[in-house]
Amino acid sequence: MSVRPVLIKNAKLIDPAKDKVADGAILFDEKILDVGAVTSAPDGAEIIDAGGAHVAPGLIDMRVVIGEPGAEHKETFKSAGRAAAAGGVTTLVMMPNTTPVIDDQSLVDFVIRRAPERTGGVRILPAAALTKHLDGALMTEIGLLAEAGAVFFSNGDKPVADSRMLRRALAYATAFNALIAHRPEDPHLAEGGVMHEGELAARLGLPGIPAAAEHIMLERDLRLAELTGGRLLVDMLSSARSLESLARAKKAGVRVNASVSVHHLVLNENDVDGYRTFAKLSPPLRSEDDRVALCGAVSDGLIDVIVSGHDPRPAEDKRLPFEEAAPGAVGLETLLAGALSLHHKGEAPLNTIIRAMTLKPAEILNLPQGRLAKGAPADIIEIDIGAPFKLDSETLRSKSKNTPFDDKLLQGKVKRTFVAGRAVFGT
Amino acid sequence: MAQRPTGVGKSEPRSSPVRFRHKHLLAIADLDRFEIESLLDRAEAFAPLAEKKIKKLDTLRGRTLINLFFENSTRTQSSFELAGKRMGADVVNMSVKSSSVAKGETLIDTATTLNAMRPDLLVVRHGSSGAAELLSQKVDCAVINAGDGKHEHPTQALLDAFTIRERLGTIEGLIIAICGDIAHSRVARSNVALLTMLGAQVRLIGPPTLMPPGAERWGATVFHDMRQGLKGADVVMMLRVQRERMDGGFFPSTREFFWFYGLDDDKLKHAKPGALVMHPGPMNRGVEIDSSVADNPNVSLIETQVRMGVAVRMAVLEALAETGANEGAA
Repeated sequence: MSVRPVLIKNAKLIDPAKDKVADGAILFDEKILDVGAVTSAPDGAEIIDAGGAHVAPGLIDMRVVIGEPGAEHKETFKSAGRAAAAGGVTTLVMMPNTTPVIDDQSLVDFVIRRAPERTGGVRILPAAALTKHLDGALMTEIGLLAEAGAVFFSNGDKPVADSRMLRRALAYATAFNALIAHRPEDPHLAEGGVMHEGELAARLGLPGIPAAAEHIMLERDLRLAELTGGRLLVDMLSSARSLESLARAKKAGVRVNASVSVHHLVLNENDVDGYRTFAKLSPPLRSEDDRVALCGAVSDGLIDVIVSGHDPRPAEDKRLPFEEAAPGAVGLETLLAGALSLHHKGEAPLNTIIRAMTLKPAEILNLPQGRLAKGAPADIIEIDIGAPFKLDSETLRSKSKNTPFDDKLLQGKVKRTFVAGRAVFGT
Repeated sequence: MAQRPTGVGKSEPRSSPVRFRHKHLLAIADLDRFEIESLLDRAEAFAPLAEKKIKKLDTLRGRTLINLFFENSTRTQSSFELAGKRMGADVVNMSVKSSSVAKGETLIDTATTLNAMRPDLLVVRHGSSGAAELLSQKVDCAVINAGDGKHEHPTQALLDAFTIRERLGTIEGLIIAICGDIAHSRVARSNVALLTMLGAQVRLIGPPTLMPPGAERWGATVFHDMRQGLKGADVVMMLRVQRERMDGGFFPSTREFFWFYGLDDDKLKHAKPGALVMHPGPMNRGVEIDSSVADNPNVSLIETQVRMGVAVRMAVLEALAETGANEGAA
């Protein structure tokens, strides 16, 4: 079934392979047919005048928790798909911490078969568990799961404490060139902690998680990646000190990439003040110095990827005393606006920000998307990057509304979203 | 092929190969190419004996061979027992179960006790690397390493080489793929040393977790993709995967292991047409090898290996007995 060609003209093109925005147009059906100075469109093509709005590749969000299967009250393929489309996310990687845990070929197969019928077009790629039942003891069938379509292997929010286990998994994965995503957090140092360890935590009387919990585990992970030659994705950095280790490892040729959640680029520990559980995240929001350093690392490319860290939590998990509340925030619909705030505040260049949500994830996951190039899949978004709005969490399409951006002023709205040339959001 | 000496009876003198210059057989790494070929030549003379009605010689008459096995083994122990008996030696089997180790006797205590019994040949298998060498320092007789930990299993490598030589005429220039759990395999270590010495191109195939660090510096090429590694191979040597390595420690499951590293007809197609398959036994069918391959008489040398094992061990016993005899006379 072919798609009616679309020409978006009078647009500002954000090509993530380039460093500057360029005026131009884009013509596509399922794939991008032409981009730049497009002079003609085939008969019957739909012509959209962007009126000077920006056009970029659809976003690839590498870290999304969905409640299906097992916790459909939090999020389903359908609700996540709607939220993603509205947020300009055309491809999302689904984390394996579902019920049951995605640690078996048949469950990878379930996601690959089931999700596309439900998401309204948004692409869902499964990540598989790194260890059986995520219990950190025995590795999963990395080879068979990769063949079934798992795009990387992750232990979700449970770091693997056993260094020998992670060493073996990293080594074993090299046979399949499989990517291992790992949360750098020493589980013993972090145990019981609910926010960044520091003066504010002390005043609030809340147990803290020191930045060292991240730094120590990150050092270990980087050494293991170096030892084994394995491909490591550092999953959601939060602190400045970690960046020194990351930079050193990258310079030494360790096969490592790193991600950061959009919340850690925009918010800091002060957003927790008042015991606001919606700002309770894992890893925790850290100091302003940490936030500024993370933005710098995105700007200079040290941090490769910005993720939403989408983690839907229903009200009953959040409307609790701070220590008892679940960590996590939804982010599919606020990823773009949150990330664009770095552009508006002059903390990172626009093309670099978009690259961290398109081309970089595509390269890491070996996907053809994420490019404004002839022949690439026509996953396209049209955005008004300056459009201001005040976020009302009740308008979110996610089943869960737990966002720390509630009532915040943001800029950047998605006008249209296309997946493989088909409009999935907008008029 | 070298001229096959026919005389195997006591009355028929046969051309005597070069005298073996080692007191013990502990590791292939101790031998040179000349010594190995000389051992294989000896084995060639013994191979036809198994087909004769009377299989017994008197070369080792009056000598005592002790089989000292700290690890369970059916085929290696019976192979040495048979080799010793066919050479005319008195054979004593001692299985030292872990329980007697628990009684507190150390390996050296055991060695001292045995030495007092004045054996001529001591065949030892032990779960610790270097155990055979330690024993050899504490006894007066010849020690044959029948497998020490993850170190060496020299008679297995000799019988593997002998089997290949008997079937293909030479080892020089062959591509030989050794597949599976290389890291924990004494058979692999002995075979890499021996086969490369005889001029074969050795490839090691297995998951990274079962590949010892630095294996690429053994003189072999390392592959993690079995189909790639098998390309053009003349011989495919499978290794046994130990039960305790399964289930998630070194690899996720036997199912996944078989899918990527188990030898079946499909993977074997990537080797040279007519490639031969070997396995030191005992096999895990459906884990490292499929029955359709293991039981195919056109490709499988597995039974031949067992048959050749006795001849090779007779050759080793003879060579070491000569050394001992000459030393005693001196």
